[in-house]
Amino acid sequence: MPSITRASLPDAAPKQARVSVPPTSTIRGWGRIGMRGREVRSDDLERATVGATLSRGLGRSYGDSSLPASPDGTVVNTTLADRLLSFDEETNVLRAEAGCSLLALNRVFLPRNVFVPVTPGTQFVTLGGMVASDVHGKDHHAHGTIGQHVRRLRMRVADGRIVTCSREEHADLFAATVGGMGLTGHILDVELSMRRIPSPWIQQTSRRVGDIDEFLDALEDGAHRWPYTVGWIDCLTRGAHMGRGILMAGDWAPASEAPTRFPKPHPRIAMPFDLPSFVLGRATVAAFNEAFYWKHLPREMSGIVHWETFFYPLDAIGEWNRMYGKRGFTQYQCVLPTSAGRDAARRVLDILTRRGGASFLCVIKDCGPEGEGLLSFPMKGISIALDIPVRDDTQALVDALNEQVIREGGRIYLTKDQFTRREHFHAMEPRLPRFQEIRRHWDPEGRIRSAQSVRLFDERR
Amino acid sequence: MKRPLHAVILGGTSGMGRAVARALAQRGDRIFLLGIDEPELDKSAADLSVRAKSPVGWALCDLLRPETFAPALDAAHAALGGFDTVIVTAALFATQDDLERDRKLAERLLTADFTNTVLFCEEAKERLLTRGGGTLCVFSSVAGERGRKPIGLYGAAKAGLTRYLEALDHRHHGAGLRVVTVKPGFVKTAMTAHLPPPPFAGEADDVATLVVGAIDLGLPVVYAPLAWGPIMTVIRNLPRFVMRRVGF
Ligand SMILES: NC(=O)c1ccc[n+]([C@@H]2O[C@H](COP(=O)([O-])OP(=O)(O)OC[C@H]3O[C@@H](n4cnc5c(N)ncnc54)[C@H](OP(=O)(O)O)[C@@H]3O)[C@@H](O)[C@H]2O)c1
Repeated sequence: MPSITRASLPDAAPKQARVSVPPTSTIRGWGRIGMRGREVRSDDLERATVGATLSRGLGRSYGDSSLPASPDGTVVNTTLADRLLSFDEETNVLRAEAGCSLLALNRVFLPRNVFVPVTPGTQFVTLGGMVASDVHGKDHHAHGTIGQHVRRLRMRVADGRIVTCSREEHADLFAATVGGMGLTGHILDVELSMRRIPSPWIQQTSRRVGDIDEFLDALEDGAHRWPYTVGWIDCLTRGAHMGRGILMAGDWAPASEAPTRFPKPHPRIAMPFDLPSFVLGRATVAAFNEAFYWKHLPREMSGIVHWETFFYPLDAIGEWNRMYGKRGFTQYQCVLPTSAGRDAARRVLDILTRRGGASFLCVIKDCGPEGEGLLSFPMKGISIALDIPVRDDTQALVDALNEQVIREGGRIYLTKDQFTRREHFHAMEPRLPRFQEIRRHWDPEGRIRSAQSVRLFDERR
Repeated sequence: MKRPLHAVILGGTSGMGRAVARALAQRGDRIFLLGIDEPELDKSAADLSVRAKSPVGWALCDLLRPETFAPALDAAHAALGGFDTVIVTAALFATQDDLERDRKLAERLLTADFTNTVLFCEEAKERLLTRGGGTLCVFSSVAGERGRKPIGLYGAAKAGLTRYLEALDHRHHGAGLRVVTVKPGFVKTAMTAHLPPPPFAGEADDVATLVVGAIDLGLPVVYAPLAWGPIMTVIRNLPRFVMRRVGF
């Protein structure tokens, strides 16, 4: 609804360029490992992405996915480009700039009983990042990954053009971009279908589970009854009780059972300093796990809870990654296909417990069928995610886990990865050649790269 | 102030202006945008329309071209059916080095951030007084509180602006004009994206919450983030020999 436009003001002065190049600095992933490079923050992605080597959002990928391949590389930080461009109340289709955060989407849309089609475990991610990682959530068995709900992407590709891709238009680019770790071009805007929900409250149920076998049964059974399920495992316990933990399941509460008030976002406390790394040693983690397990005294509990408590428990503590001290941490997440059999999860956990890896957080989740994204992570089977503080033996632990995952026919989640070796990655990714072919087609000179793509994908120079 | 507000925002396409516009739109106030870049205005109007669930209009208005001020405010008046609030966040920024190197740039910045901002406020003030008062909320800066080495020229324009706004408040308070002078410290927006953020760097959304509160209460001066209030008290009282020596 413009009232006065350029046409009525003929000789307007040209707008001053708003993209200035900052000095080199250390750019970090969520696991706190950093790379030197230039990070440009701009609210004008069309301008800022010209000639840039990578885009990044809120920097919540754990490893080097969003870090520059070399110090002279320019990485565009998209977070200032955060506008909603349209929302259709009838179809629930939203179009928004890539830097728009999930936090902002939840603040705007939850009060209207509208939610993202798929959410990861933190709100501190951007739309562009969600698409590049093809994120999944507690509802993967029911709703797939976010890519399944994306309709169209507007992108700046390596040759400088701006193109729109979808299942109909440049379908190869679309399939490679969903879960493509930002390596096919810069995502400028995203069009996706949002979901109507009956109320902004969650009906949650949780139960104590005695061992890994019971866990697999419980997840399978829960998947038939609940759209959201996830399990927390105590990975320090060995032997008969290996894999004991808590299973959580939930669904949006029907309006008739939900409180009528809107659940206000929770305040956040920040981690003000780095904890010394001994704090998260084996003994403390064991004590925490014991407490967490037995806090759940009744075998089964249920009730109406806040959406933040259910989906984003760790968001309550700002910068919780500082808990792991200066050396940081990595997350190891793999998915083991159903074809590997029920014992696959036990075999992988066994490697962790045998090596004494003290994982504070171990999350287990059953996944539905593989999505359309060419490098999308989930596949039909069981996904296991572990937080591992970085120590001298972390590389050896990740190697051992990866070797087992390759034997099981599984794969790792790039968004979490920092330590996987190129040979291992190639062995677990038969889809890689097809992805690289499309990438080369859109970027023959290999301009768009990340520290991770250099580490894992690209031919050695 | 009676709600919903009918607010005109010059600079609402980015940074703190974008955040203030959103905070108002989300609680149901009516908004009209003024700015210089058509695609930007279109996108920002779309963003606000989604949040407000009603269409938001815009018109071109260029701080470097004072002849655009009156028609832009007329367009806002026509679209909103009259307005009671005018917010100015638009301004130019450049580093002291660039301004010392490029005299033309210095002239443009001094003109936009002082002379023309004042002229825009005069135009807006007249309209607000005609309807019996209202709120004029203008973003100055803590840079105008003291002559500081790295922001001398920009700070001088903001110092002049702050004084002008103070006088405006004294002169028209009785007639119902509420002048709100916002003095941001370092806030992480596109304007400062190329600078390393110092301690106490603020977020645009938090500033917006403070500013909307100040507009509702008619507070004459807001430091944003709040921590800059006491910090500036210290800086205002530092003796000259210290200011000559320190680098901030
Ligand atoms: N950020 C800080 O740390 C800081 C500190 C102290 C004071 N301030 C002051 O706070 C205010 C807002 O700052 P911000 O950081 O939010 O800035 P910003 O994001 O750079 O926004 C400035 C706005 O001014 C508009 N603009 C630029 N030139 C213009 C012109 N010739 N005519 C009309 N509009 C023009 C821009 O429009 P386009 O989007 O189309 O370019 C943009 O909307 C400014 O007055 C600034 O001086 C900021």
